[in-house]
Amino acid sequence: MEHKVLIAGFGGQGVIVTGTLLAHAAMYAGKNTTFYPAYGIAMRGGMANCTVVVSDEEIGSPVVAHPTVLIVMNTESLDYFLPRVEEGTIVVVNASLVNKEADRNDVRPVYVRANDIANEYGDSRMANMAMLGGMIKATGMLPLESVHETMKKILTGKLAHMLKPNQEVLRKGFDSVK
Amino acid sequence: MKKIFGKSRLWLNKPQPYCPGCGHGLVHRIVCELLEEMGLADNCVFMAPVGCSILAYSFLDLDVCQPAHGRTPAAATGVKRARPDTFVVCYQGDGDLAAIGTAEIIHAANRGENFTTIFVNNAVYGMTGGQMAPTTLLGQKTETSPEGRSLSAGMGHPIRVCELLQSLGGVAYLARTSVHTPGNVIKAKKAMKKAFEIQMAGKGFSLVEVLSPCPVNWKLLPQEALAYIENNMIPYYPLGEFKTP
Amino acid sequence: MAERVLMKGNEVIGEAAIRAGLTCYFGYPITPQNELTAYMAKHMLAKGRTFIQAESEIAAINMVYGASSAGARAMTSSSSPGISLKQEGISYLVGAQLPAVIVNIVRGGPGLGNISVSQSDYFQSVKGGGHGDYRMVVYAPSNLQEAADLTVKAFDTADAYRNPVLVLGDAILGQMMEPVVFKDIAHRTFDKSWTLGGKRNGRPANLVNSLSLEEGVIENWNWEFRLKYESMKKNELMFETLYCDDADLIIVAFGTTARICKAVVARARAQGLKVGLVRPITVWPFPYKALNDIGRKTGEFLVVEMNLGQMIEDVRLALPDACRIHFHGRPGGGVPEERDIFEIIDHVLVKNKKGAITTRGTFINWEIS
Repeated sequence: MEHKVLIAGFGGQGVIVTGTLLAHAAMYAGKNTTFYPAYGIAMRGGMANCTVVVSDEEIGSPVVAHPTVLIVMNTESLDYFLPRVEEGTIVVVNASLVNKEADRNDVRPVYVRANDIANEYGDSRMANMAMLGGMIKATGMLPLESVHETMKKILTGKLAHMLKPNQEVLRKGFDSVK
Repeated sequence: MKKIFGKSRLWLNKPQPYCPGCGHGLVHRIVCELLEEMGLADNCVFMAPVGCSILAYSFLDLDVCQPAHGRTPAAATGVKRARPDTFVVCYQGDGDLAAIGTAEIIHAANRGENFTTIFVNNAVYGMTGGQMAPTTLLGQKTETSPEGRSLSAGMGHPIRVCELLQSLGGVAYLARTSVHTPGNVIKAKKAMKKAFEIQMAGKGFSLVEVLSPCPVNWKLLPQEALAYIENNMIPYYPLGEFKTP
Repeated sequence: MAERVLMKGNEVIGEAAIRAGLTCYFGYPITPQNELTAYMAKHMLAKGRTFIQAESEIAAINMVYGASSAGARAMTSSSSPGISLKQEGISYLVGAQLPAVIVNIVRGGPGLGNISVSQSDYFQSVKGGGHGDYRMVVYAPSNLQEAADLTVKAFDTADAYRNPVLVLGDAILGQMMEPVVFKDIAHRTFDKSWTLGGKRNGRPANLVNSLSLEEGVIENWNWEFRLKYESMKKNELMFETLYCDDADLIIVAFGTTARICKAVVARARAQGLKVGLVRPITVWPFPYKALNDIGRKTGEFLVVEMNLGQMIEDVRLALPDACRIHFHGRPGGGVPEERDIFEIIDHVLVKNKKGAITTRGTFINWEIS
């Protein structure tokens, strides 16, 4: 099974952090994985995106032209990427900031009120974790616990105080998807 | 009979490529004498340029590194950083240092690289046959300034290297000397000795510029070339120390 | 077994070089290899080794020249336009017989081009990008594990032959993250009696030089260098073959393109199409003989590159005349897509060459013109 995830949003919404966390979690879960960011001038315009491939097989291109999963953190990213994805793509939408629906009949939209969930825990900057949780639930790509465990390895030292709220937000995002 | 003078042991009995009246021999002699007198020869790496002194390796009994044209300060940086226990002497001409290698000399000096550059300024490209150098004087005729270096023809001003480097923080010692009279040869040796001591003390970048005759490409007799330095070069390139620690 | 770690390609190469015993790194910022220079700034200085952000790529390669002269393990890295500036220095390194490792994280060209991925520097890398008549081993890693392993190997190869070695990456390899394992390194020792450091302890003076004006000397040097090049061809050639024994069509690709093609081969095999792969790991030396042998059994070849067609000239040179060679290329920042490559295979093997193929950048029955 191979999942090709494209994560898109504004710079500052934690797009790159989400991607690297997902790739780390996939690695610790024993999967093959690649992470590839839009970089350089591509990140100067305020928009950020990256792609993560998670697979049981050897991975071909780390560049994803046709994602199987699209995570959009803001309206601009939905407008840009929705017309470009293929039939059957799981589209995870940050319903707190995107005030419209993924307007296509042939994709599988999933809505996560990511900023609202994050705000419940005191910091909207954790919205990306709610999105990741929702995506994990919708795809079954990795067990939730493996992402939790990965967070323990990454959020250490000066970041240790961020572990618990981020784990909570991740779980809440996960649970919010039916 | 008592021997009262001899050439440095570092200067091998081999043919050397310089023209009659050339100043390079005098400068080499000073460098070799100092390295020997100061006991530096056995851990010295001599960094040659591309220019008339390119064949220095063939008659100097020293470890020699021969880099690309103008890149001597960069290569010397590599040597000295890799082996800080070596004593590094760069030997560069005016085309090498002040034209193609301008960026390298400025940045090596600015980083305060702990080596000594001997900069031989004879105001002309010698090796390639007498073309205009960045230090060619206004009005001076060369193969590529046949009517004389001219501002109106867009040839620019002669570059004063010591003055140019003076403002850089990494520079510990800067002096301009000449070898056109015996008195000046002695002064040049004193300046180089000071520069060498500064390197030994680890104080940073040191450079000694030497005004040097090139009678063949100046199309002058050797004595006339010495007078040319006195009357034409020194007024534009004043001698003396420009920076001391 | 050592732990798998997730790192960016540029940092993987930096870490591998440090583990290989790099003591002097010289660089200059250029996208998409900036993380490598930044990694070196952080980790080389912390270990008390030399790191300099040089004033230019030209200065950086000449600092490598000096450091290598003095016996250091020296390295520089850049991306295409910066590597062009280093070509003079690379030629001098060969001429003066100095070991060094150069990393090129290739981006789109010509000119300033862009900062996207490319393989447009193949010719420059393998055909002597600088002046003079020289060769050097060029490693083309296909994933980050190989980038780590080949970077380590590059230092030994450079020291063994006293010749620079190029690690030819690309922007995807530099920018992507992938799990890698840093393996234990068996450190070899090499003769360094030729290096500069002063003629102490009574040894004769050493010279690092690429010049001689005496008649016949440089010709003799070239013949001596040739012996090294022949030895590199014999001992350093690396390539991978996949399903070549029964293949009806064989893809030839290197670097990142090869990993994309591997996925295509897997898909084709799953659908019963007999497709194989030849992947040069060293693009110099090139597996001419191996390809020639394979070409005696298989008639159809597809070369895929991120350029207008460069390695394909070596493939043509290697294969018997009777072989048909097709080409799919994406120059200037384009990335070959698995489905496009598959469509070409389908066209050649299934549709039996009927109908036109519309995939951009595809040339059926490519010929030297």
